[in-house]
Amino acid sequence: MQPVFLLTDLFVYAILLFVLWYIWQVRSDRNLRANWRLAMKRPVAMVSSMVLGFFLLVAFADSIHYRPTLPSSPGQATQYSSEAASVLDQILLPLSSARERSYSEPLSAVAFRKETFERDGVSVRDYPRLQFGGKHLDHPDSQLSDDVSYRTAVALGWGFCMVVAVLFLGFLLAVIFSQQSWPRVVSQFMKGETEWPWRSMAITFTVMCLAICWVTFLSQGYHVFGTDRTGNSVLVFALKSVRTALVIGGLTTLVVLPLALLLGVTAGYLRGWVDEVIQYVYTLLASIPDVLLIAASVLLLQVFIDKNQGVFETSLERADARLFFLCLILGITSFTGLCRLVRGETLKLRELEYIQSAKAFGVSTPRVLWRHIVPNLMHLVLINTVMQFSSFVLAEAVLSYVGVGVDPKTASFGVMINTARAELAATPLVWWTLTTAFGFMFLIVLSANLLSDAIRDAFDPRTRLRSTNSSTSPTQGVTA
Amino acid sequence: MFRFLTRKLIYGFAILIGINLLTFVLFFKVNTPDDMARMQLGGKRVTPDAIEKWKAERGYDRPLFFNEQEQGLSKISNTLFLDSSLRMFAFDFGRADSGRDIASEIVRRAGPSIALALPSFVVGLGVSIVLALGLAFFRATYLDFWGTVLCVVFMSISSLFFIVMGQFLFSRVLQLFPVSGFAAGIDAWRFLVLPIAVGIFSRLGGEVRFNRTLFMEEIGKDYVRTARSKGLSESRVLLVHVLRNALIPILSASVAVIPLLFMGSLITESFFAIPGLGSYLIEAIAGQDFAIVRAMVFIGSFLYILGLILTDISYTLADPRIRLQ
Repeated sequence: MQPVFLLTDLFVYAILLFVLWYIWQVRSDRNLRANWRLAMKRPVAMVSSMVLGFFLLVAFADSIHYRPTLPSSPGQATQYSSEAASVLDQILLPLSSARERSYSEPLSAVAFRKETFERDGVSVRDYPRLQFGGKHLDHPDSQLSDDVSYRTAVALGWGFCMVVAVLFLGFLLAVIFSQQSWPRVVSQFMKGETEWPWRSMAITFTVMCLAICWVTFLSQGYHVFGTDRTGNSVLVFALKSVRTALVIGGLTTLVVLPLALLLGVTAGYLRGWVDEVIQYVYTLLASIPDVLLIAASVLLLQVFIDKNQGVFETSLERADARLFFLCLILGITSFTGLCRLVRGETLKLRELEYIQSAKAFGVSTPRVLWRHIVPNLMHLVLINTVMQFSSFVLAEAVLSYVGVGVDPKTASFGVMINTARAELAATPLVWWTLTTAFGFMFLIVLSANLLSDAIRDAFDPRTRLRSTNSSTSPTQGVTA
Repeated sequence: MFRFLTRKLIYGFAILIGINLLTFVLFFKVNTPDDMARMQLGGKRVTPDAIEKWKAERGYDRPLFFNEQEQGLSKISNTLFLDSSLRMFAFDFGRADSGRDIASEIVRRAGPSIALALPSFVVGLGVSIVLALGLAFFRATYLDFWGTVLCVVFMSISSLFFIVMGQFLFSRVLQLFPVSGFAAGIDAWRFLVLPIAVGIFSRLGGEVRFNRTLFMEEIGKDYVRTARSKGLSESRVLLVHVLRNALIPILSASVAVIPLLFMGSLITESFFAIPGLGSYLIEAIAGQDFAIVRAMVFIGSFLYILGLILTDISYTLADPRIRLQ
């Protein structure tokens, strides 16, 4: 196979490297470490970061693209498929290739609408059997519920075995490392008196493990989330949309951060005409309503793509370029808020004694900015970043609806909702596409919101005082 | 005050000029009138003559910034940039690429937009203040905790969900309101109740939480302690002292939004088929009508700047401690 690096893939890797670098930074900085501890010791933060972690894993698996090798006779040069696939595509291949003709309900063995077809030589009007869903059943009417409950039981059994094994391993490690007696470790865990919120983590792990097991086991014979109008599995589409949502959230943040930080810090520190110019620029950008600027830019991109058909080789690359551009323009429209905050804070910081003395020692301006000002702004930046992340994910759905979002061929929640909208008018109701899209989006956004709350409480000096006083954390001395 | 206002107005004017230049570069330089013509007339098989004719009809056949063929001052004035900019500042937006007059269309559509946006803004603000005050009253209890959790949950739900669910529940299942559409005059209320309710609900979570933070910040201040030590009841402290002080930031933040209400609620209008400015814009985007989009960008920015100036003024009116310099 031949690896393919899409534009957004590279940035996904860059974001990962950036996060790893940041973790390394946190490990070597005592204050940062204490703050992160304070945040992550909250059960809510741990639980939501576990859920987010799962989605990140899915998105990452969907970001390693390659062109599969086509079967060729020996002696011939190896040939590659013209369409790039991702690792996630490979994992989901059995599901995505199990196509139906049209709508089918979740966990169903027959199609959603009646059709006229031949049965035993007689033309009848009935619900036709699905090509994949429940094809192993002889009499779906009587066997379906038994089969589903049997598979559910097996799946849950396996899930429980895994959970128990992991729990046992965890206790074993806890006993070895804490050098306490086995019952004491267990009772502390059950009462939730451990330093880290292990009990909540275990509960989350159990729920996630059972849910994933259930979906995997039932996916062997059914479409767990049904199929859409063209007969494709809704589950596959939703999992592919996770990457789009996270790329929009993450990549836009990556655009916002350097822009806001660089412009805000230079404006606040240098003052004078630089400040005036930068203020003018961000007031200008802020005063154009976001949707309008995005719409205008995406329209222009459309014209550009139409004019230069040759630049992009595959439709995937074209769709990817549009996604990248969307992130770019979203970032440009939304950096203004953070920029204003950073500028204001820099204005305050530059008058402080330690900056004055650094200047008196002859430290160069870039060094003062990087070593002394930027580290003291990081809490602002971090809080803002995690808060904006979820709004970007939500914005994507709205923009796709307006028609200025991602390429219609890209899997995304916005595209999903947009196509499913017409189905609400139909009777009987096609409810599963919308429910799945909203459900997945809700999970991602809710966990991001909860995580950002915990981070804000830990990093914001105003709320931090309150939370350190009320909690009995041993890090109190460090943060105070 | 007067000097402050004139300075603000001049700055706002400078911003508008910048926006005009930016949109002009975006719509005429990055992507030339030829491209627009080709797009409007459809596809690649358009003859150069047709393009020239299309451009001439709209006056797009003039040079962009500098006209070599003219004499004297009209070297600059008889160009696309100056002409269209001056017209825009006089609120003359010309014709849409599809041929209709933009300004009259905007005036016609502003009514339904306001009928939708103003009630949902006012009622939403009232409801969120009342709820936030309630949470602040029961602070540090389970009610407050779960109320805040509920706010976060509401914030995490896509606004599209409220629209889709509202239409489904109240229009299809219960059949209380029409699904979509609009009627002129007083009959419009039947079409407006649902979109207004949806608009309030989709913003409620964030607003209640934000207002609650403001109230909590205010409650921690010294004057509140003084009021309590005078022996005032908790509800009196909250309703009279805290509310009045917390209303200053809440209301001034709202003033900035009021002018933008004209722009309508993009998504809601288009879902409920209300012929306002939001749906006008969506139609323009779908039809790739650059003239309309550019006009709307200009109006939107104009209203935003108006909002900024109004905020500054309202700050001084509400809080005598702030002086304008």
